[in-house]
Amino acid sequence: MHDKTLAELSRLLAEGSTTSVELTRHFLDRIAAHNDSLNALITVTADSALAAAEAADAQRAAGNAGPLCGVPFVHKDIFCTDGVRTSCASKMLDNFIAPYDATVVSKLSEAGMVCLGKANMDEFAMGSSNESSYYGAVKNPWNPDCVPGGSSGGSAALVAAGLAPAATGTDTGGSIRQPSAFCGITGIKPTYGRVSRYGMIAFASSLDQGGPMARSAEDCALLLQAMAGFDERDSTSVERPVEDYSASLGDSIEGLRIGLPEEYFGEGLDPAVAETVRAAVAELEKLGAVVKKISLPKQALGIPAYYIVAPAEASSNLSRFDGVRFGHRCDAPADLEDLYKRSRAEGFGEEVQRRIMVGAYVLSAGYYDAYYLKAQKIRRLIRDEFLEAFNEVDVIAGPTTPTTAFALGAKTDDPVAMYLNDIYTITANLAGLPGVSLPCGFVNDMPVGLQLLSGHFTEARLLNVAHRYQQVTDWHRRMPAAYQ
Amino acid sequence: MQWETVIGLEIHAQLSSQSKIFSGSAIAFGAEPNTQANAVDLGMPGVLPVLNKAVLAMAVKFGLATGAQIGRTSVFARKNYFYPDLPKGYQISQMDLPIVGPGEVEITLEDGSSKIVRLTRAHLEEDAGKSLHEDYSGMSGIDLNRAGTPLLEIVSEPDMRSAKEAVAYARTIHSLVRYIGICDGNMQEGSFRCDANVSVRLKGEEEYGTRTEIKNVNSFRFLERAINFEVERQIDVLEAGKSVVQETRLYDADLDETRSMRSKEEANDYRYFPDPDLLPVVIDDAFIDSLRSTLPELPAARRARFISELGLSAEDAGTLTADRELADYFEAAMCGGKVKAKLAANWVIVELTGRLNKENLSLADSPVDAGALGQLLQRISDNTISGKIAKQVFDAMWAGEGSADEIIEAKGLVQITDTSAIEAMCDEVIAANPSQVEQYRGGKDKLLGFFVGQVMKASGGKANPAQLNEILRKKLQG
Amino acid sequence: MTLGIDDVKAIAHLARIAIDEETLPTHVKNLSSVLALADQLKATDTDGVEPMAHPLDAVQRLRDDVVTESDQREKFQSIAPAVQDGLYLVPKVVE
Repeated sequence: MHDKTLAELSRLLAEGSTTSVELTRHFLDRIAAHNDSLNALITVTADSALAAAEAADAQRAAGNAGPLCGVPFVHKDIFCTDGVRTSCASKMLDNFIAPYDATVVSKLSEAGMVCLGKANMDEFAMGSSNESSYYGAVKNPWNPDCVPGGSSGGSAALVAAGLAPAATGTDTGGSIRQPSAFCGITGIKPTYGRVSRYGMIAFASSLDQGGPMARSAEDCALLLQAMAGFDERDSTSVERPVEDYSASLGDSIEGLRIGLPEEYFGEGLDPAVAETVRAAVAELEKLGAVVKKISLPKQALGIPAYYIVAPAEASSNLSRFDGVRFGHRCDAPADLEDLYKRSRAEGFGEEVQRRIMVGAYVLSAGYYDAYYLKAQKIRRLIRDEFLEAFNEVDVIAGPTTPTTAFALGAKTDDPVAMYLNDIYTITANLAGLPGVSLPCGFVNDMPVGLQLLSGHFTEARLLNVAHRYQQVTDWHRRMPAAYQ
Repeated sequence: MQWETVIGLEIHAQLSSQSKIFSGSAIAFGAEPNTQANAVDLGMPGVLPVLNKAVLAMAVKFGLATGAQIGRTSVFARKNYFYPDLPKGYQISQMDLPIVGPGEVEITLEDGSSKIVRLTRAHLEEDAGKSLHEDYSGMSGIDLNRAGTPLLEIVSEPDMRSAKEAVAYARTIHSLVRYIGICDGNMQEGSFRCDANVSVRLKGEEEYGTRTEIKNVNSFRFLERAINFEVERQIDVLEAGKSVVQETRLYDADLDETRSMRSKEEANDYRYFPDPDLLPVVIDDAFIDSLRSTLPELPAARRARFISELGLSAEDAGTLTADRELADYFEAAMCGGKVKAKLAANWVIVELTGRLNKENLSLADSPVDAGALGQLLQRISDNTISGKIAKQVFDAMWAGEGSADEIIEAKGLVQITDTSAIEAMCDEVIAANPSQVEQYRGGKDKLLGFFVGQVMKASGGKANPAQLNEILRKKLQG
Repeated sequence: MTLGIDDVKAIAHLARIAIDEETLPTHVKNLSSVLALADQLKATDTDGVEPMAHPLDAVQRLRDDVVTESDQREKFQSIAPAVQDGLYLVPKVVE
């Protein structure tokens, strides 16, 4: 069961070959057997999962089950789940039982999906290796000495290891795509505003976007269909009909114009990764796509601009964690200042503290124009460069990451080296573009991700291209030996 | 040395919407602590703000009423600071692009002269909660019901030159926001709060002096006293050769003094930046036009009309138009012109307002509505009753005994205008007081009053006073 | 941008984060290196470029003025660190 895609499981449920309860038990057993070694889930909600599975089976028996009804999955622990601890992998929220559901959570439960638990992640989604979690690092199922990527590292690892057929993730600078690449799964970051951010604990509000992580583009299409849509509780949510992502999956990509930016194949890229990605692009050419070299010179500014904008927003977003209404509070505060300073010093990990401080600095009097405002201008240059490129090409292709998954601990002492890992993913967030990462081969037995980017609200096209590729390749069907 | 006072005001008007500026919580005053604070108001993780349309409309109405530029694109920004009554660690406010740009209002001073005060801007923001300093196990308690209540912060230029001018300006804004129905103006409940920026400089100097900001003033009377105290204090400081420190000072009404707020002394770096959870607010002509058509006649225009068309004194017109409900009441009591303006104005200002004040009632709670008073005033106008009897009727109406006509009928208070009846009563009184008649005829004119009184008494107060006077005078002359 | 120890102390205060004296040098080093990264933007000419706060050119949607929330104090305060009489408790606020 655990090597099947979500779409396959959905068909088995539909034809009555299995039940939601059976699937749920199976995956709960997988979690019980493997989570200790992977550390991919922070919280397992077995009882409520089985109850939801029974309800899903009843719904199916009553004849009103959709394609996701009864399918088990895991939520990244950044989505608020009513009555269930929502920790954001932080000591700050170790005791936080969310009093409401995120919109994404309500939508997936309305679709009848069965939530098995909450996935580990980088603390407050700040990280690219899942090593900043208060609950400890997640292991890469392909090699336990390597990181799974981050920040949605738990989600990626548990899908890769077959502990659930799918998981939700969030992507602020690559947090869906980078771990998807490192763990050999398929993940899509939708256009900013496509998926509601309500109840998704904010890191950087103008960059954050939730999305699905699963075994295939077809799975992602089914999940995104249920996750996407306008939400009146999110001012940045877009009032625009959701396309039928599954309907166009099989469309021909004959004549599709693919742009290969020279900047995505330059210095810092592992040559073996480059070769793997080029082979994948050649495969797309065989399917009728036309490849064109393009140049995106402003891309190099993405990392510095991002590490101003994201910390600035984060420093303000995380001010609400003050030990007053919820979350961690230090013992016996002497006064108000002590309450704030110790609660926050104890509750936040090192990377979170660093980003809060960077953010406070770049917004502070005398530095605002030179840093924050400058970065917002650069942000426009980056977006406009993309939009111009999309006049010439339909899709931009390249590696998701410069290397395959690196070793645990390799970059924890050097924050900037860690940040550079997001060099190819980060600009899509600054520009609000959708992006998908899909497995396209292996280097030294570690998965390589192909990233495809396209214009605003063209998720259907990205999933279509990814699906066509997956119809003629089987990289996405590979599973790590230890978890087969 | 001749000192000149310079004052600018920042007024926070709480907008009278049903729900909060960014959430669907109620904003009723006096609710149990934290029962009107939902997840958004509490700054819970992951929750997001959505702007209330009515609140935006109210801000635009204020802009239209002050002839101000309306910000076609305005932006909400975060003002970042830590305080326990500020749940998110930032206040959503407006900085660079406020909803209302420069405008102006005309104020009328006590001597009847007027002056233009320029408005710098008005912007929308959310209110904070409240810290309660009673002892809760040695700690302070935080009530976040007020957090997220919509405020319009109205900022003036430093155009006022005395505490009296500042109060006149504050009253003008107070009257205006109530007129256009965007704020209930209740200062006790904190719906209308004034902060004053005060400085002094030598007369004739161009540069402004160092200013202090006075907070916590919850009545116009205290505003005047607080400014006067602060002006004296600053002059004392400067005359002693020292300099004024730029700081926030709290007004203490009990001691009638301002004192430095220690906790706010630390220089704040608010790190304003555009709130990424909210998008630019764009307003089109249709929205503005739809609001313009809902604006009532504004107090200044109404006051001018009361003077020019109704012939009221500037003082009466000012008193009546300071409050929209009072002006509406007055106009309704005129019964479409059946009652003369002057009569209606006197009754509304003296009798009605006096009675309301005495019993500590608001106009809305008045037992006598405008229509009922109008009927009473018509009975004076058509000579059915005298003004004096009318007061008696008014008392009965106040006590709920019925309409003016019912009471006049029931108590038989219809004025006696039958000349022969009045003559008969006069004859009786003259016959009964021969010595006074003699004195009167001997030149003691003042005794006329005595006779009028006696006849009035005999008539039960119902004799038409004008007729009575005339008849008596004739008869006494013999 | 290279920061000094006093800069980091000031930033930590602004962010209300207590910092141990012994970890200060590490913070100085790491924050400086992140800001050095940010400084890479300075070479790019952005004259006449409008700052962009949101990736989409969307405008704020407005909510009808309707009360949609009911009292959930008990639920919200069940996860609060310290409450009494319906109030959140904090160390004495001095004004």
